[in-house]
Amino acid sequence: MNVFDIIGPIMVGPSSSHTAGAVKIGYLSNKLMGEKIRSARIYLHGSFLTTGKGHGTDKAIIAGLLGMKPDDIRIPESFEVAEKAGLAFAFEGIELRDAHPNSVKLNLTGASGRELEIMASSMGGGNIKIFQIDGLDANFGGDLPTLIVHNQDRPGLVTEVTAMLSQKSINIATMQLYRSRRGGDAVMVLECDQEISKASISGLQSLDGIRKVTYLSLEESA
Amino acid sequence: MSFKALEEIVNITKKTDRPFWEVVLAEELSESQQTRAEALAKMENLYQAMKEADQNYDSLLKSPSRLVGGDGEKIARAIENGTMICGDFIGRVIAKAIKMGESNACMKRIVAAPTAGSCGVIPAVLLTYAEQNEIDEMRIIEALFVAAGIGEIIAHRAFIAGATGGCQAEIGSASAMAAGALAYLRDGDADTIVHAAALALKSLLGLACDPVAGLVEVPCVKRNVIGAVNALTSVDMALAGIRSQIPPDQVIDAMRLIGNAMPAALKETGEGGLAITPTGLAIAKGLKE
Ligand code: SF4
Repeated sequence: MNVFDIIGPIMVGPSSSHTAGAVKIGYLSNKLMGEKIRSARIYLHGSFLTTGKGHGTDKAIIAGLLGMKPDDIRIPESFEVAEKAGLAFAFEGIELRDAHPNSVKLNLTGASGRELEIMASSMGGGNIKIFQIDGLDANFGGDLPTLIVHNQDRPGLVTEVTAMLSQKSINIATMQLYRSRRGGDAVMVLECDQEISKASISGLQSLDGIRKVTYLSLEESA
Repeated sequence: MSFKALEEIVNITKKTDRPFWEVVLAEELSESQQTRAEALAKMENLYQAMKEADQNYDSLLKSPSRLVGGDGEKIARAIENGTMICGDFIGRVIAKAIKMGESNACMKRIVAAPTAGSCGVIPAVLLTYAEQNEIDEMRIIEALFVAAGIGEIIAHRAFIAGATGGCQAEIGSASAMAAGALAYLRDGDADTIVHAAALALKSLLGLACDPVAGLVEVPCVKRNVIGAVNALTSVDMALAGIRSQIPPDQVIDAMRLIGNAMPAALKETGEGGLAITPTGLAIAKGLKE
């Protein structure tokens, strides 16, 4: 914990976990989508489901999906903003197995038709964790630029990805590997100290054996 | 931060003759990529946000559950009418604490300190004190670093979330942080600062987190008042030379033990205490329908 985890963040109330964390989940999902979101099906689990309404969790998630941050004073009116922005959404309850009480599953469709499924939890104090993307495990908090590569589990692919990063002088802060089964679907999650350029991302996309590249940029304009 | 005890900070202030807040700031800078100017500007920004949140209070707002709203105005009127037993200064501290808690419940912008539920405690103490006394803004920013340093140690040794430690971890921690900050503004040395914090925390040990319907409304808003007023009394005690007989770090450890011993029903689940009184349950039921 640092000084500004203790005092701060500046946020719209009432709850750092149920409101600010929920905005952050939406915001990071928006960033991960990398394009305007056209529709969202949102499944609330646990305490997000039971006390979410009173905490404005629903408004908070929609605000985040629209690109608002936890201190945006438009959060209470996010449903109206969504309507104007052409974002269709629906909420449902769900029981996610072994998930943190403040969890949510988001099924998103972007303007180009790109689909993205995200599962995330709000861990308290406005911190969050994305624990699944498109059905495969992940574990990151969205505080660093993060590269998520879905690929076929084959030898050499991890090296190719990390070689590309080191060539661009990008330092890897953490790296996680998950796979559904040997030789099956696999995912790499790399948290980096620097931003990765759009060109490098598309370079990765064209590598043999790579299914999907998702990138979380923390740059404002992205 | 790498400090694990308030005592470590106190010892460094003694050895190096630097004030408490400087030691906290230096540690922050050593662990992050920000410059001193950036860190100070960030804290100043948080202070401005607290002031704005206080000024933007709207007594007409109601929380989504409609349980909360308008009480800050009632205290403000009582102060105007001169009917407050607590007098003007404490009266205004009470008013600010309630107003901030209400603003939070009504989805207005606040500063979590350390949490959203306890966001009224530190501003109630510091903003009221700053209004009453001619103090340089920089001093308040320094005091906020004092508060943050105390909060960091509490977070490290125990917890600052109701869901993990009960309300003692939120309102209790906020009260200890506010006490330390105010002790600093009153020219207390490092020892006085940590004892003011310890005295404040001690008095709120064991406080359960039992919000009605699981919402940050009842009893949260009004608990900000006791957090703030308890900070004032603790500072007066510490400045008068009273010391916590249990060393400050051990008080924090006691909070951890109590928090760990608390059943889940008293940790923000809305399944114990005030939340399961007949009225609390009826409110929760009404909200579901
Ligand atoms: S009762 Fe619980 S939710 Fe309310 S302020 Fe205390 S710790 Fe926070």
